[in-house]
Amino acid sequence: MNALLVLSIAGLAALFSGFSHNKKLAVIVSLLGLAVAFTVNVLDWNTAVRYYNDMIFVDNYAIAFTGVMALTMLLIVALFVDYKESVEVPNAEIFALLFFSLAGGVMLVSYSNLLMLFLGIEILSIPLYILAGSKRHTLTSNEAAIKYFLLGAFASAFLLFGIVLIYGVTASFHIETIAAYIKNANGQPPALLVAGMFMLIGGLGFKISAAPFHFWTPDVYQGSPTIVTTFMSTVVKTAGIAAFYRLFAYAFPAITAEWIPTISVLAALTMTVGNVTAVFQSSVKRMLAYSGIAHAGYLLIAFVSISSNPASSVLYYLIAYAVSTVCAFAVLMVIQHTTGSEEVDGFKGLSKRSPFLAFITTVAFISLAGIPPTAGFFAKFYLFSGAVKAGHLWLTIIAVLNSCIAIYYYFRVITAVYSEGTDSTPVELGTVQKAVMIITAVLAVALGLFPEMIISLL
Amino acid sequence: MENISAQITQVAPLEHYILLSAVLFSLGVLGVLLRRNVIIMFMSIELMLNACNLLLAAFSAFHSSAAGQIFVFFIMIVAAAEVAVGLAIIVMIYRNIHSIDINELSKLKW
Repeated sequence: MNALLVLSIAGLAALFSGFSHNKKLAVIVSLLGLAVAFTVNVLDWNTAVRYYNDMIFVDNYAIAFTGVMALTMLLIVALFVDYKESVEVPNAEIFALLFFSLAGGVMLVSYSNLLMLFLGIEILSIPLYILAGSKRHTLTSNEAAIKYFLLGAFASAFLLFGIVLIYGVTASFHIETIAAYIKNANGQPPALLVAGMFMLIGGLGFKISAAPFHFWTPDVYQGSPTIVTTFMSTVVKTAGIAAFYRLFAYAFPAITAEWIPTISVLAALTMTVGNVTAVFQSSVKRMLAYSGIAHAGYLLIAFVSISSNPASSVLYYLIAYAVSTVCAFAVLMVIQHTTGSEEVDGFKGLSKRSPFLAFITTVAFISLAGIPPTAGFFAKFYLFSGAVKAGHLWLTIIAVLNSCIAIYYYFRVITAVYSEGTDSTPVELGTVQKAVMIITAVLAVALGLFPEMIISLL
Repeated sequence: MENISAQITQVAPLEHYILLSAVLFSLGVLGVLLRRNVIIMFMSIELMLNACNLLLAAFSAFHSSAAGQIFVFFIMIVAAAEVAVGLAIIVMIYRNIHSIDINELSKLKW
């Protein structure tokens, strides 16, 4: 909970640091704010306190996911130091919006009342609508903003109607009271409540870009400035999945029979649509958007084993995914700046231009594809084995087939890196940029070698 | 509160409120899906939110619990924040393309 306060104050501090003539001040304030937020967050470990009249319940689950989001944002803010693409908005304002969005994310992982779920989603999303459109004079950025805004508000309305229907049946917004009500109904929940639950699945499915609610994702990811896309595909996805998982783990564990079939179909559809469409993309940015959809599909598999598998497999997957995605986007930003394109062809000859970048790219994409010994492999392993143990064999088979498709398009980038290119000028890298790439690549491998560090947390 | 609950359900049973809200909500959904003017789509979303508000107020009176009515205030605040950001985005687009037709924006296709 203290992390929430620190993040809100740091957001304001970052905003006002924009008045200073020192351009670096905003970055320093933001990095400091995130470091402090992470520290006070970790200090609450193993306390499990309820705040604000039981609106927020900060248990280890909330603390773990808050920590992941704060650290991911720290890496993204560090990338800003050497970021060259024009955003047309002062950095201080971007940082402030990112902080406010992250505050919404913290509410999303720690809510125990549906009111906080709704407010968290809105606080997470509203700054993102602005960030998506932060390249004011670029039409693609405008388009991303309006699409994200209209569809986001549309999905929130569905989520809200779902909450209202559940309130109508149970007379409460508190997730544990709702769970108790469902338990008393002896497996016969009222139809209104089930309808409300499905509307919640729709609204939250939109936020994590699960098919068939994924249509906005590629357009918004491609149109937004790359650094905002990085934030959306890591921090926002973490918050969305964690909120989704928390809702079903706390409120609806008694009626798994009602929602597991729907979620499994959703998972199968999401990963298939994401992976198959990613194969046909020539833009790496758009490919990473589809790969993000596919990863949301894999993560939905965790829901079918919600009662038998600990939440740490979701945590581990999200960390592995966030680390590799930040790494991949960091490379993409450099390529975008030096070649002016985000196509796969822009990666050609990279091994000649910078062996370091070529190596980093390889690690990032291998981890995304899920090949040992990287974290991506073990993340998939824990999720899939949990599903098999819970008896969902067909879902696991679809997931494994999908992983094979994914290897194809990730390796297209890697082969481009090691093929002959026309350009052979060496690539210049900033120090901080280089440091972020090294940290994420090392983490992607180290977490793969020592998965128990994370798996034993929750 | 008990009194109000009895009065409200005497005038019209709860089902009527649910039906009215569902109809309003569906009208909003149809508006978003069928209309192509951004401002109309935007107003349709507001209609969906207000359908939720109405239903919350009805349930709140029916259950004699104030929580639902407090929720309505939060929805109003969020709707206002969304309007502020949404209209800013629409103005930004209008300055660039001198139109607010959603079909004019189709630069991003694969």
